[in-house]
Amino acid sequence: MLAFLIQRVLQAIFVMVVVALIAFSLFHYVGDPVLNMVGQEATEADRAALRARLGLDQPLPIQFFQFIANAAQFEFGISYRSARPVTDMIVERLPATLELAIISAIFAVVMGIVLGIYTALNRGSWLSNFIMTASLIGVSLPTFLIGVLLIYLFAVELGWLPAFGRGQTVPVGDWWTTGLLTTSGLRSLILPAITLGLFQLTLIMRLVRAEMLEVLRADYIKFARARGLSKRVVNLRHALKNTLIPVITIIGLQLGTIIAFAIITETVFQWPGVGALFITAVRFVDIPVMAAYLMMIALVFVVINLIVDLLYYAVDPRLRVQGGAK
Amino acid sequence: MSSTPSFDSPRGGDTAAVPVLSVRELRVEFPTRHGTLVALDSVSFDIAPGEVLGVVGESGAGKSMTGNAVIQLLEPPGHIAGGEVHLGAKRIDNLDEDAFVPLRGRHIGMIFQDPLTSLNPLFSVGEQLIETIRTHLPLNHKQARERALELLREVGIPAPENRLDAYPHQFSGGMRQRVVIALALAAEPELVIADEPTTALDVSVQAQILALLKRLCAERGTAVMLVTHDMGVIAETADRVAVMYAGRLIEIGPVEAVIRDPQHPYTRGLMASIPGIETSRERLYQIEGSMPRLAAIPAGCAFNPRCPHAVERCRSERPELLPAGTSRAACWLHDPTDPVIPVSEEVAADGH
Repeated sequence: MLAFLIQRVLQAIFVMVVVALIAFSLFHYVGDPVLNMVGQEATEADRAALRARLGLDQPLPIQFFQFIANAAQFEFGISYRSARPVTDMIVERLPATLELAIISAIFAVVMGIVLGIYTALNRGSWLSNFIMTASLIGVSLPTFLIGVLLIYLFAVELGWLPAFGRGQTVPVGDWWTTGLLTTSGLRSLILPAITLGLFQLTLIMRLVRAEMLEVLRADYIKFARARGLSKRVVNLRHALKNTLIPVITIIGLQLGTIIAFAIITETVFQWPGVGALFITAVRFVDIPVMAAYLMMIALVFVVINLIVDLLYYAVDPRLRVQGGAK
Repeated sequence: MSSTPSFDSPRGGDTAAVPVLSVRELRVEFPTRHGTLVALDSVSFDIAPGEVLGVVGESGAGKSMTGNAVIQLLEPPGHIAGGEVHLGAKRIDNLDEDAFVPLRGRHIGMIFQDPLTSLNPLFSVGEQLIETIRTHLPLNHKQARERALELLREVGIPAPENRLDAYPHQFSGGMRQRVVIALALAAEPELVIADEPTTALDVSVQAQILALLKRLCAERGTAVMLVTHDMGVIAETADRVAVMYAGRLIEIGPVEAVIRDPQHPYTRGLMASIPGIETSRERLYQIEGSMPRLAAIPAGCAFNPRCPHAVERCRSERPELLPAGTSRAACWLHDPTDPVIPVSEEVAADGH
């Protein structure tokens, strides 16, 4: 168990270093940032001074090492555009993104599993067929289109929900602001959360349904029924637990995707999150912000993968309890 | 081996005459796009309390189907389309799923072929035993655990108190099948349907498992419907044997009689094709042709295209089970009013 954990952590560190290399190389292949930052009237001396301040005069390996050392302390330098520390910029926008991502992940996972179970157990009923058909829309429509359609229907036509922004937020603790405690914040969250979660929901639902149908054909399910266990126990205890093992992996990966692809939803709804920050950074070639964002997303994926591996251990005794068969 | 059915079992009492299971004219159909397949056609038999009825036949003959139909675990779209099934005095074929659930495990237990896949890999053996026991018996968790330990001890799991919290993958195949037997017998059902219970096991373990099953059922007076294609298993375990062919029951009788003096031409072929130590042949006997697919069962007797004795009547009229010696066989050879003159072996051989 411990060996497994150490191995996984080492793998995670390796992945992070590789991503850091990619993030770092951004600095050198996307033009000279100094030229973008200083005005046209700047002298060569001004440029050299700025270069030195940004550490761009050092040899490459030293710069890279410095980059990793700083990144390990969540230090990503200064934004080329706003001249503020990148970490501060991300931290102040992180709550918006995380709240959106977590709420839409909960929405996607809960609804996905419930609908997946329902459509698997009631195969062929008109409601299942309707849900399956509707899910095709969720899978095939691009996120931004769903967002725009939802805005048109619920914000423009019906006027029930706000079309953009995060609503009113209140501070919690030192640096976290939340929209979950105000009515306008919650109302603002509904449309973007649905937009962001819909694709994941349909994906999880279809996966749960397929896995569940597979598991329901298994011998141990037939034997569980032959033992006289009630339908409820067979379906929700025996079948569901086996169904969830492969589903956990996908859910884990999808959570990462939700955070990464919040970019589009945040743009559509003008949500003041990290994704919107990244889009602005791309527009202005603000490399430190882009690099920091890349590292952050990589970290999210790596951490989630680690958690998924550990969850496997918790759920599947075949991994947890070794052999012992006589 | 072939002990007479124990009518004096505790459950038997004065209702000894009532069979545990009585199947009458059972018909199972599978509707498909290309028409309805008849998987079981007019299958009738009884099992007395404490009796072991062996059900034999080739793959696809309908032996497992019969067991699944009795306990109503047919794979959809298969369904019972006719006939009656009585458990004791109660008719059970017309019960809906909710009414049937309480019968499973409590009155009819079932054992499947593959012990490796019969147990849920994510729950410990103890959890699966305790949930089964508590489903059927009014015991609290602690009492159920005691009973689970007792069951494991009975089926011959060494040191059950250490094994109760182990997971199925920590047991060998034979040990897992012992656990499966413990699960099937947990609520002391009157009837156990054992569907190829030893087929997936090593030969050395098969005999142990059969002996265990037979002993436990004899102790409890439990009737057994033993589905297998292995005549050796039947000879060793069953009191009576039913032979199936193309979804029909073609011969049923005491195990000695069916093995030593088979009455249906198919059964004769089946027995002749079993390799024996005494009978040394250059080549094993084999029945010409193969069992028809369900979609193409011939009119009359299903065996007629392969039968050396077939006459015109066999191709048009389906024989019922007729008394034949101490058995009953579905063959016109045994029709007392119009017996078909058996074609002598020589002529039959020439005909090939």
